[in-house]
Amino acid sequence: MNSIIFTAGARILVALVFVFSLFMLLRGHHLPGGGFIGGLLGAISFIVYALACGSEEARKALRVSPEGLAMVGLGIALAAGLVSALFGDPLFTGQWYWVGGDSYETALFSINSVLVFDIGVYLVVLGGILSLTFAFDEET
Amino acid sequence: MSWLLVMPIAIPFATAVVAFLVRMSPTGRWVSLGGSILSLVASVALLVAVLEHGVIAAQMSNWEAPFGITLVADYLGVVMVVITAITGLATAIYALGEIPERVEKLGYHALFQTLIAGVTGAFLTGDVFNLYVWFEVMLISSFGLLILGGSREQLDAGIKYVALNLVSTLVFLSGIGLLYGMTGTLNMADLRGAIAEVENQGLVTVVAMMFMVGFGVKAAVFPLFFWLPASYHTPSFAVSAVFAGLLTKVGVYAMMRMFTLVFVGDIGFTHEILIWVSALTMLTGVLGAAAQTDFRKILSFHIISQIGYMTLGLALYTPLALMGGVFYLVHHIIVKANLFLVSGVANKLAGHTDLNRIGGLYKSSPFLAALFIVPAFSLAGFPPLSGFWAKYLIVKASIELDAWLIAFVALFVGLLTIFSMTKIWGMAFWKPHPDGYDPTPDRVPDSVRIPMMIPIVGLAAMTIVIGFFPEPFVQFAEVAAMQLLDPAQYVEAVLGAQAEVQADLQADAPAGLQPDATTEEEQP
Repeated sequence: MNSIIFTAGARILVALVFVFSLFMLLRGHHLPGGGFIGGLLGAISFIVYALACGSEEARKALRVSPEGLAMVGLGIALAAGLVSALFGDPLFTGQWYWVGGDSYETALFSINSVLVFDIGVYLVVLGGILSLTFAFDEET
Repeated sequence: MSWLLVMPIAIPFATAVVAFLVRMSPTGRWVSLGGSILSLVASVALLVAVLEHGVIAAQMSNWEAPFGITLVADYLGVVMVVITAITGLATAIYALGEIPERVEKLGYHALFQTLIAGVTGAFLTGDVFNLYVWFEVMLISSFGLLILGGSREQLDAGIKYVALNLVSTLVFLSGIGLLYGMTGTLNMADLRGAIAEVENQGLVTVVAMMFMVGFGVKAAVFPLFFWLPASYHTPSFAVSAVFAGLLTKVGVYAMMRMFTLVFVGDIGFTHEILIWVSALTMLTGVLGAAAQTDFRKILSFHIISQIGYMTLGLALYTPLALMGGVFYLVHHIIVKANLFLVSGVANKLAGHTDLNRIGGLYKSSPFLAALFIVPAFSLAGFPPLSGFWAKYLIVKASIELDAWLIAFVALFVGLLTIFSMTKIWGMAFWKPHPDGYDPTPDRVPDSVRIPMMIPIVGLAAMTIVIGFFPEPFVQFAEVAAMQLLDPAQYVEAVLGAQAEVQADLQADAPAGLQPDATTEEEQP
């Protein structure tokens, strides 16, 4: 696409949307958001970049292959589910470690397997959508 | 206990991830093979547990049923899981010889393992929406496998396959939505109780028919089978063996599950339709096969005709018929996958799958010919092979119900199946090769031929074992059928304490120890 306005605007937009996607990912679980929506937003930022500068540039910016990203994400999500075996719980039971308290209200923050699962979903969605759209872009 | 149910699904997924990451090197295929062996071990462990404890269930994430996702293994579910793992292992070995490196690098093994995970998940889930998710996992990975290689023919088949299957999942999903709107639950065990309380039973029957159509497309029953013969002859042979063995059977399994556990309110209507659908499925499938001359197309049409026997087992809805249906399901997966594997070897040796262009296999490769006879005549129902017992049970069940016409159709279709099998036998094996060369085994290097022959020998041996020692298998199918017809054990395993409380209340009631109920009645 040869529009100067779009290309210039895309530079700002891409960064903003991508950071927002990370925000949505981290905000998940207790508030609206999460890995799926975050992944979609992340994919949108790369798609805008691909529209502005071509999918080859966008692939370079992503650095890794989107298919590989999706599969690694699947692995991370699965691992987050399997971790509950160590604690004797059924698959995908959330494991929480609260820092500075003992519940959502009192603790400063938590270390948990749910976020890891969300990160996995984020990568699956990002990689899956990008591998489709890049393929479409390169076809035409 | 809950991890036993998880492992047959988790192992293929993990294998898929690893196999994808190492797909550029030959390690990928060994990863896939190792994963398949582990899956089989996990499935057998689950089978042992089920044999010991009866129906077992596990609640994912510790969310109690009916709110979370439940995995359940009863006799039918667990035998399907084991047979899936066996087919998976057989085709993983076969793929060592057949699948070219170019296709491996595109991620063949990852897609294959994902497909196995999807099929296993569908057999184990106790939640209708989760079943839909597994259908999608299967659809995506099977589409990928179907078009790997990217020839024009494959893309054509892939589009037809996906288009029709999408329609099926759409109907299925709409049915799920309506069902949830009526009952407020999607847990299968919970649905059994909830659906009886729905006021508008007419709408329940409509939803039941939507499920029947949705599963019917998956299972390739009578008016909805067109995608199957249009697509199954195009992918690689290992892929088509898995498809032929497992994919349609997931539809049959889902039908068996839903129409014994949930939709039993109007058997006179739903199951009666299914009887005639089954009869027409058997007939059209076998007649379609008679018109074909391509090895794999004949076999594809025979899948359809055999599906009719399985749904007939469900439709007749007697213990004997369901037992036959379960037995048929297991026998058919082994036999059908094996026939597709044989067609792959025949293709490698004689150079084509069109029966008019090959021949002479009997003279040059008598061992392969012997291995073809076992599944082919088992499919047709020759005693004492496994197919004979399967057909015997179904036909006996229909005669017991005085359904003479159905019994006649079932036998007639068996006869026509023999016609098709002898056609393949005559044209591919007996007649001399039209181009005049000998399709001897040494045309193919050992490194290709041996991995392709191992699974064929193994599956043929299983067919023979089931044929000569049907007793334990029939007994197993009998228990599976009993569990299907009387799902109290299933419901209790899923809903656990809750169901027990209800049972206690009912037990207490006659003794007059239920004050709540009496006080309520006394109130004005």
